[in-house]
Amino acid sequence: MSLLTPDFGLLFWMAFNFLIVFGILAKFGFPVITRMVGERRDHISKSLQAAEEATKKLENVRQESLAMLDETRVQQAEIIKKAIADGEQIVRNAQQKATEETEKQLEAARRSIEMQKERALSEINAQVALLSLDIAEKILRRQLDDREQQESFALQMVEETESIRRKRSHKR
Amino acid sequence: MNIGKYTTWLCIAAAALLMPLCASAAENHDGKSEEKELAIDDIITEHVFDSYWWHITTYKEHHISIYLPIIVRSESGSWHVFSSKHLAHGETYRGFRIAEKGEDHEGKVVATGESGEAYRPWDISLTKNALALTINSVIMLTIFLIAARWYRRRPKNSTPNKFVCAIEMLVMDVEEEIVHASIGKDYKRYSPYLLTAFFFILINNVMGIIPFFPGGANTTGNIAVTFVLAACTLIAVNVFGNREYWREVFWPDVPVWLKVPIPIIPLIELFGVISKPFALMIRLLANIFAGHTVILAFTLLVFITAKMGAGITAGMTVFSVVLSIVMLCLEFLVAYIQAYVFTLLSAVFIGLSRPEHHAAHKKQ
Repeated sequence: MSLLTPDFGLLFWMAFNFLIVFGILAKFGFPVITRMVGERRDHISKSLQAAEEATKKLENVRQESLAMLDETRVQQAEIIKKAIADGEQIVRNAQQKATEETEKQLEAARRSIEMQKERALSEINAQVALLSLDIAEKILRRQLDDREQQESFALQMVEETESIRRKRSHKR
Repeated sequence: MNIGKYTTWLCIAAAALLMPLCASAAENHDGKSEEKELAIDDIITEHVFDSYWWHITTYKEHHISIYLPIIVRSESGSWHVFSSKHLAHGETYRGFRIAEKGEDHEGKVVATGESGEAYRPWDISLTKNALALTINSVIMLTIFLIAARWYRRRPKNSTPNKFVCAIEMLVMDVEEEIVHASIGKDYKRYSPYLLTAFFFILINNVMGIIPFFPGGANTTGNIAVTFVLAACTLIAVNVFGNREYWREVFWPDVPVWLKVPIPIIPLIELFGVISKPFALMIRLLANIFAGHTVILAFTLLVFITAKMGAGITAGMTVFSVVLSIVMLCLEFLVAYIQAYVFTLLSAVFIGLSRPEHHAAHKKQ
């Protein structure tokens, strides 16, 4: 068997085997593998891109939310300030109202006290008059036995009463 | 460090195991006549060249072989198919026999013609190498069809298992680093051929190194095998080469006197067309053939020195085992490198057969 002369039988078998292997693998073997790897590579690069975009978006969202948070904080401060001011205003109003009300009530009370005092005074006056009449009657019954004395006394009394009435009306 | 220690122990153990064997071999030699002497070149020839049967081992003087079918067409035009067992030990069957040493067509089936002279019939016997090629092809198909089936069955973008991952890594490495890098933009068209060539050579190389059935056949170290591979590259280069490639062969950019009366440069170019695949063929053949021969020679060193006394034998045994291990490791490397080189050079030649137009080149 010579080293450098190809044997026809083995040439035939080699060509036969190699072409069959090549035919089968070129159709069903290697292209499937390389295609799948290529698809996977595309998928991975797409996924990476998508992930990067998502990260970017997330960052944007974070920035937005931070900005919103800041804004909210400002608003909150404003609202609280306003609420405090409102509260103070309300309290002040209430106090004012209460003061007015109290004064009104005090006024009313004062007026009714005055009225009642006057009524009581007039009643007392009437009572005093009646009592004094009674007393006077009793005294007079004892002292005024003569006519002269009676008349002078009566006159004096009339004068006095007149002056009192005048004084009172004047006071009013 | 660890590996070195283990190797040393391994060698010593192997030597210890082999010593009694050698001793008994030596005794045999003493007991029997000189004709039983080991014929080293016969053993190497049997292992390295093609054969009509697959010798597996010899047990108690009995050859255990797989006898393969012989398919021949005689001069009269009739086909004969029979087992090679009928031709073993120089027997003649149906007028066919195996030519002996010193004859024409040594070791091949010959028939005696009507004129009485021996002639070589049409012979497409399923020889040892043919069977090994078939087995290796089946192994290759199994590996890659399993991997491809995995991809076809699985939904897109699922994670491959370890086996598929390893295959994918090898395939993508060859496609990206060799095919794509050498050919350029049209590489997809050639990648199935180059991938097939790479893995066909790799699997045959590795199976050739495995020393027992179904390995051990020297397929890629046979000229017929490398011839077919180189012929495929020749076709891939020249049939699919573009117009620019052929213009560069027949009308290259050289002074006119170099190509008009006597076409010197076109002849050289044309010679290059043939010599490139020829170099591929011889390179692969020589590397693998030499590797097999060297490993066998180192292994047989043990038996050559067997009659020189126990001391020398023990020493040579350790030496031979160490060298054999080193050579086997080297051969695994060579198995990959030769597959790589064949594919890379094929890819480069294909890339050269698709040059861009010259005008475009000059602009750059």
